[in-house]
Amino acid sequence: MGAARSVRCKPGSGHAALLALPLVLAACAGGTSSQGIYDPLEPANRAVHGLNKGLDTVAVRPVSKVYGTVVPEPVRQSVSNVADTLSQPGIFANHLLQGNIQDAGSTAARFAVNVVFGIGGLFDVADDAGIPDAKTDFGETLHVWGVGEGPYVELPVFGPSTARDAVGTVVDIAFDPLNSVFKDDDATAMTVVKALSRLNDRYRYSNTVDSILYESADSYAQARLLYLQNRRFELGQAEPGSEGGAAGGGDGFIDPYEDPYGQ
Amino acid sequence: MASNPMLSRRAFVGAGFAAAAAFGALPAAALNTDQARALIDKVVAEVNAVISSGKSEKQMYPAFEQVFVRYADVPTIARSALGVAARSASPAQMTAFTKAFQGYISRKYGRRFREFIGGKIEVNDARPLKSYSEVISTAYLKGESPFEVRWHVSDKAGKSLFFNIIIEGVNMLASERTEIGAMLDKRRGDVDALIEDLKRV
Repeated sequence: MGAARSVRCKPGSGHAALLALPLVLAACAGGTSSQGIYDPLEPANRAVHGLNKGLDTVAVRPVSKVYGTVVPEPVRQSVSNVADTLSQPGIFANHLLQGNIQDAGSTAARFAVNVVFGIGGLFDVADDAGIPDAKTDFGETLHVWGVGEGPYVELPVFGPSTARDAVGTVVDIAFDPLNSVFKDDDATAMTVVKALSRLNDRYRYSNTVDSILYESADSYAQARLLYLQNRRFELGQAEPGSEGGAAGGGDGFIDPYEDPYGQ
Repeated sequence: MASNPMLSRRAFVGAGFAAAAAFGALPAAALNTDQARALIDKVVAEVNAVISSGKSEKQMYPAFEQVFVRYADVPTIARSALGVAARSASPAQMTAFTKAFQGYISRKYGRRFREFIGGKIEVNDARPLKSYSEVISTAYLKGESPFEVRWHVSDKAGKSLFFNIIIEGVNMLASERTEIGAMLDKRRGDVDALIEDLKRV
């Protein structure tokens, strides 16, 4: 959180910046304000949401229930720890691209400590040692470089995102530093471990996810609001006043005394 | 590990208030901030007490509803959640809606408080924000990384009451505006039907 956030549309330096330049320019051209909801693709997004919800109903939710009930908690936790350790090199690269040396350092330390003392990442020793867990992704890197979030999109399988964060997701997967380390069976194992970790999350947060997907009157709108608010909070954009005030926006802080009906 | 900086920060804030009080020159905003913090301290203490009371989930709902009614500005929250439709609603409809909304909120969030069993919330800080105050607290739940809970408190209703809770950037008021708006749309804008259904959600 310490790094200053650039609000200009100026790409950073380095190979990845060059690589991403067309994306940056494209996103800059369509840069939007970071408050409110910009969802011009809503009909298509709603169709994808229906698909995702169906996928959750018939597969993800029941399978996560089986995984959560059959596999003991310590085992599931270890699998998730391995997935977490496997994500660190990519996170490290993103911190570097953001010019955040401090978080890059703690990410490298986390990785080393968990691989060596946590037996290949099975145990999260770094957490016990108090090494901060500084998560990031290429979507945040683009944000730091000044790319606006663009329209809201719901991705198949991956769920709620924005144009910028969708590019981030693709880049994070395609350019994961571990892609060149793990081949064939190892690469498959890595994917399986990551998928199991997601299943464990689905199981652990089943109350929250179920309440959004199955108990709300409009699960699409709830998921969209939740994602945008939480994402902007993560990126440090949620402070009122930082974007010229959030009055009237569907997601900004509401003053029901100034604006009783929230028009 | 994590509680040490929290404690020192708390002590620091406390010392700040004490120093300000000693100078006898608390500006109005600071006074409101002080009251806001005191309010949330009370809310948090009561919520913590309910969570650790060993009551069943169902028994917790009325307890949460009491806390909500006593410390939150329920009519203002309800009006905002109903949105534009509140303007054309009759006073009788607003009363009925507010009552139904209050029960619905307590059940909905009370259900979620199950996840708080064995955990606790700590108030860290308070500051003025726009025309109200923001109280910042941290929730420590079993097996979770600590996360931030912010409370927006106003005294526009005659006394300090909270009107919004923001968890990791996600705010309750916006969420409920979306939810109630969607429910109303499904009932083609029929507020009476919405009230009846809210009692059963």
